Amino acid sequence: MPGSNKIEIKKLYKIFGPKPLPLVEKVNNGIGKDELLEKHKHVLGLNNINLGIPEQSLQVIMGLSGSGKSTLIRHINRLIEPTAGEMIVDGQDVLTLSQNDLLEFRKNKTAMVFQKFALLPHKTVLQNVSFGLYIKRVEPAEAEKKAMHWIERVGLLGFEHRYPQQLSGGMQQRVGLARALANDPDILLMDEAFSALDPLIRKDMQDILLEIQSELKKTVVFITHDLDEALKLGDSIAILKDGSMDQEGNAVDILLSPKTEYVRKFVEDVNRSRVLKAKNIMQNASDIAKDLLNGQTFKVKADDVIEKFIDRVVVDKPNVIEVMGENGSALGYLSSERLSEILRK
Amino acid sequence: MADKSTNFFMDFPTLPKELIRAFKKSTDAAYKAFSREYGDYIESFFNPLLKFLVFWEKLLVATPWSVIIGVVCIFAFYGTRSYKIVIGIIVSFFFVGYMGMWEDMMESMGFIIVATIMSIAIGIPMGIWMSKSNRAQAVITPILDFMQTLPPFVYLIPVVMLLGIGKIPGLISVIVYAIPPMIRLTNLGIREVDREILEAADSFGATPRQKLTQVQFPLALPTIFAGVNQTIMMALAMVIIASMIGVKGLGQEVLRAITNQYFTLGMLNGLAIVILAIVFDRISQAYGKRIQKHRSGDAI
Repeated sequence: MPGSNKIEIKKLYKIFGPKPLPLVEKVNNGIGKDELLEKHKHVLGLNNINLGIPEQSLQVIMGLSGSGKSTLIRHINRLIEPTAGEMIVDGQDVLTLSQNDLLEFRKNKTAMVFQKFALLPHKTVLQNVSFGLYIKRVEPAEAEKKAMHWIERVGLLGFEHRYPQQLSGGMQQRVGLARALANDPDILLMDEAFSALDPLIRKDMQDILLEIQSELKKTVVFITHDLDEALKLGDSIAILKDGSMDQEGNAVDILLSPKTEYVRKFVEDVNRSRVLKAKNIMQNASDIAKDLLNGQTFKVKADDVIEKFIDRVVVDKPNVIEVMGENGSALGYLSSERLSEILRK
Repeated sequence: MADKSTNFFMDFPTLPKELIRAFKKSTDAAYKAFSREYGDYIESFFNPLLKFLVFWEKLLVATPWSVIIGVVCIFAFYGTRSYKIVIGIIVSFFFVGYMGMWEDMMESMGFIIVATIMSIAIGIPMGIWMSKSNRAQAVITPILDFMQTLPPFVYLIPVVMLLGIGKIPGLISVIVYAIPPMIRLTNLGIREVDREILEAADSFGATPRQKLTQVQFPLALPTIFAGVNQTIMMALAMVIIASMIGVKGLGQEVLRAITNQYFTLGMLNGLAIVILAIVFDRISQAYGKRIQKHRSGDAI
């Protein structure tokens, strides 16, 4: 059912400590992370998280270390038990699954990619990539075929009999990605998957992910502490701070209307012209003065970022910019006032 | 009365002698009664073990020396890939045989092999159990400490009282002495497996059994092998003490040398034990290293 939410997180709380349950009430009444630690010796992990993730979308969850983002992603496949709340995937509350059903759920619905790769050092690349299939007891011949397909897809053909330790970090994470994809999960969970990589390799991996995603249309939950990465990848971005959700929305919402001081500081240094696309900021024809719409010839593609056409705008000084879709028809318009307003910080 | 209280801090307060004697006597009597009652039963329980041990000893003694050296060399070469070690083994085994200690060495070797097999067979499951349960660890650890620090002569006594003198009591006392590192290092190896890797296995829906066989045990193997190596070394060290209760082989010759003050005999048999130890040590360590090969960054 496209359009409906694949994952629905409702009133999720996680408090670490020996007796967390009675403290949910207190947290609800506004007791803070520090006070909880000071007075009750419990650590607030997640505080009333509500989030809907639509099918086939790439949801980024962003926050600094200690914000609870890794804790949150581990609730989706229940590697961590919550203190209270619901985690609904495909209409089913994951938290009510029996131990066996949970294993089945993990085998078939989700696959995870880890920050430090978490490959099996004693197994070859091929064995690593087919690990999930082995767990599912897929026929060895078929598992190998599938695994080889994904090894090729991530560009590791020829390395299938190497051990992880013999590969570079970037290559190891390709193995991690192939291992997750070989399982053909509905949901791909990526826990700071690219954070340990060099910037260049990181960009490569982001491009690989976007390319694969445009083809496979999985539901992806991507954790990162890097805003540029979040803006590049995310259809939607949720920002966590101290276990609470500060803001949730698409790149434009976050960049142009930060809700809290924390988010504002986060987005302060972002180069907007490099992140925002024409389609993100375009206006309806009705928002533009009628006389401006006549005779304009300046056209940009919907997916172009501002940086790509800003030089032409400076030279041509058009009254209005037409944003065109793939077939050349006008999707919307962009006045120079709007453009300058967006670029002004 | 007054001087008694000052003496309290000078002379250690002890139970009356009669009471202590009664305590020792009654405990011994109870144990003796127990062993009279169940001794035969326990002995028959260990009968298969005895057969297993005798089988190995006979096999090694009956096999021509040339075959034995050949097999040991094949194992050594497969493990170490080193001609030096293989040549060393041939030379030293020749020395032992040439000095007339071949049969004794084979008996000791059979004994060590069986003790090691038994220690592995009992130790690894115990270690796994210990790694799975913190409570099991809390109970077993002090027992292992006790087993390792109690002087071997002390626990020879109840074993001999129960089973008499012979191969089985010898074997049991060697296993008791040699098994702790096996259990400890299995436990340690499994507990040391990277949490992230386990989490990855969990995220793919692995059952506890799949996690154990596919992830924990293989990753713990190098540590477990270190345990096997230590167990072999401790069994070898115990061979001489076990000879006091009737275990044949090199140890018995050493014992004879002690009681009769035959310096050369003791020296030669001691040397043979050292040779056996080095051979076992090198081979088992080499196997331990081989299974870690994936850890190096070199291309294989």
